[in-house]
Amino acid sequence: MQNTKNTTEFSSETLELVNKIIRRYPQGRQKSALLPLLHIAQSENSGWLSSEVMDYVASLLEIQPIEVYEVASFYSMYNLQPVGNCVIEVCQTGPCWLKGSEELIAHFEKKLGIKPGETTADGRFTIKTVECLAACGNAPVIQVGPEYHENMTNEKADELLSKWTTENKCSHTNPYL
Amino acid sequence: MAQQILLENIEVPGLASFDVYRKLGGYASVEKALKNFTPDEVTAEVKKSGLRGRGGAGFPAGMKWGFIDKSTNNPRYFVCNFDESEPGTFKDRHIGQLNPHQLIEGMILGSYALGARTSYIYIRGELFYVLRIIEKAIEEAYANGLLGENILGSGYSLDLYCQPGGGAYICGEETALIESLEGKRGNPRIKPPFPAIVGLYDCPTVVNNVETIAVLPWIINNGADAYAAIGVGNSKGTKLISACGHINKPGIYEIELGLPVEEFIYSDQYCGGIRNGNKLKAVVAGGSSVPILPADLILKTAKGEPRLMSYESLAEGGFETGTMLGSGGFIVMDDTTCIVKNLLTFARFYHHESCGQCSPCREGTGWMEKILQRIEDGRGTMKDIDLLVSISKHIEGNTICPLGDAAAWPVASAVRHFRQEFEDHVKLQKCPLSK
Repeated sequence: MQNTKNTTEFSSETLELVNKIIRRYPQGRQKSALLPLLHIAQSENSGWLSSEVMDYVASLLEIQPIEVYEVASFYSMYNLQPVGNCVIEVCQTGPCWLKGSEELIAHFEKKLGIKPGETTADGRFTIKTVECLAACGNAPVIQVGPEYHENMTNEKADELLSKWTTENKCSHTNPYL
Repeated sequence: MAQQILLENIEVPGLASFDVYRKLGGYASVEKALKNFTPDEVTAEVKKSGLRGRGGAGFPAGMKWGFIDKSTNNPRYFVCNFDESEPGTFKDRHIGQLNPHQLIEGMILGSYALGARTSYIYIRGELFYVLRIIEKAIEEAYANGLLGENILGSGYSLDLYCQPGGGAYICGEETALIESLEGKRGNPRIKPPFPAIVGLYDCPTVVNNVETIAVLPWIINNGADAYAAIGVGNSKGTKLISACGHINKPGIYEIELGLPVEEFIYSDQYCGGIRNGNKLKAVVAGGSSVPILPADLILKTAKGEPRLMSYESLAEGGFETGTMLGSGGFIVMDDTTCIVKNLLTFARFYHHESCGQCSPCREGTGWMEKILQRIEDGRGTMKDIDLLVSISKHIEGNTICPLGDAAAWPVASAVRHFRQEFEDHVKLQKCPLSK
């Protein structure tokens, strides 16, 4: 399978990492590397998986594109639509709700003028509600890329938002690098 | 002070580095086991210790190992379940980020006992930063001859790798985890065959929880008898309890099994009581899946005996008046909490996380979420309350994996113990606790 879109293809450095990951699995079981590869592919494609990107991953693993689509659509960390530069994921499950996640979500909505699942007009921020992030002792909790921010308050949210705006925060970084 | 097996050194600066860990006696159990024990002797020691799986089911760990099929020449696999996603549970992350070498040490012991030459740590994708910490520790272990070819000159070789998940609670179910490790959707498999016979790549496989694995070095170092001497009844050893919600001191505590629940909630050594001097209303004692209990039944059994933090005592009274130790995710609610709303967040969680294979779970979890939303919003009817219970009964026991039960139990128990609160929502046509 040939992929002609240069923008989709990994750099030689990333390909080296990809091959290292594939070698962790027995011969003929390279499909096992699919989840890690999708994380890498998403980080290198502005935080989402287009069908071109998924087809490219399929070609790297020598599997059918449908095998990639069915996996990418099953797991909640893979975005199948474009997202903002900085994706803010707010936990809404019981333990976070007990400690005020609903108020926190409302605060983000108000500050950014968007609802969960939406992206600001300037493309900077997306808000996503997510289920339990396994940090319930420090609820409420949000995740931005690989970072956890715990014991969140509205004030802390304001500080982070202004910091991220200033530094033009991008949450899609290759999680292995 | 309770015996500390998992948290003893957790506050030592730099514990995640090989040198610090080794200086504290780390990897001694690997030296001991590879030199003095056959693989079967390691399994026998774990069996004798009475250690039970710490992921939630509480199945005897040594017995699980004993099921592995050693009759074929197929490779065997040892897999660590680090998919920690059960709401209220945040103990494994603590071990992974602060004491990764203890997990690796346990992985070597388990792999040796089972005859695995390649092992995997499957960690939820959200915890990528913890995966990076563990991968660094694995590199150090290779560099120091504790992983790779011919470990410590014993002739035993082992490769160990981490694999991230993609965000799916269901992958904490061991056959779904195996599917995911094979690069597929996390759809649980029909059992039997059990993974010990047909697991990863159709080969014999054992999947254990992080905490179960991290305790193995202590058992090998100190002996099964020392471990079995801790605890009460068939609840041997220590257990990590991750406590959250409306308590003064949320956090991760290592308790000796058998500690009275009342002491755990109110003692300053543990949760430190309820916030703002409020009254305790309810507890979900073992992660969101286990039945919720009102204050009187979590502190004392229906017979009036003090309830203990043990598999048996928490289950005393069955589902009528008891609950389960589960994963040790201890969620505490004070008297400001709306039980219906809390349950709604759980119902939404299970609806979101159902893999969709079995109709009762795929459809039923969505119906329960909708009905609970209706009741919470003041649009519910009295019939809705019975409908909820009926749906939960039709899910329970009718699915391939336990996610169906996990979704049903919280609903059934909340209505059982807090029916009045559901009825108040219907009568008032709003949440009686909303501001």
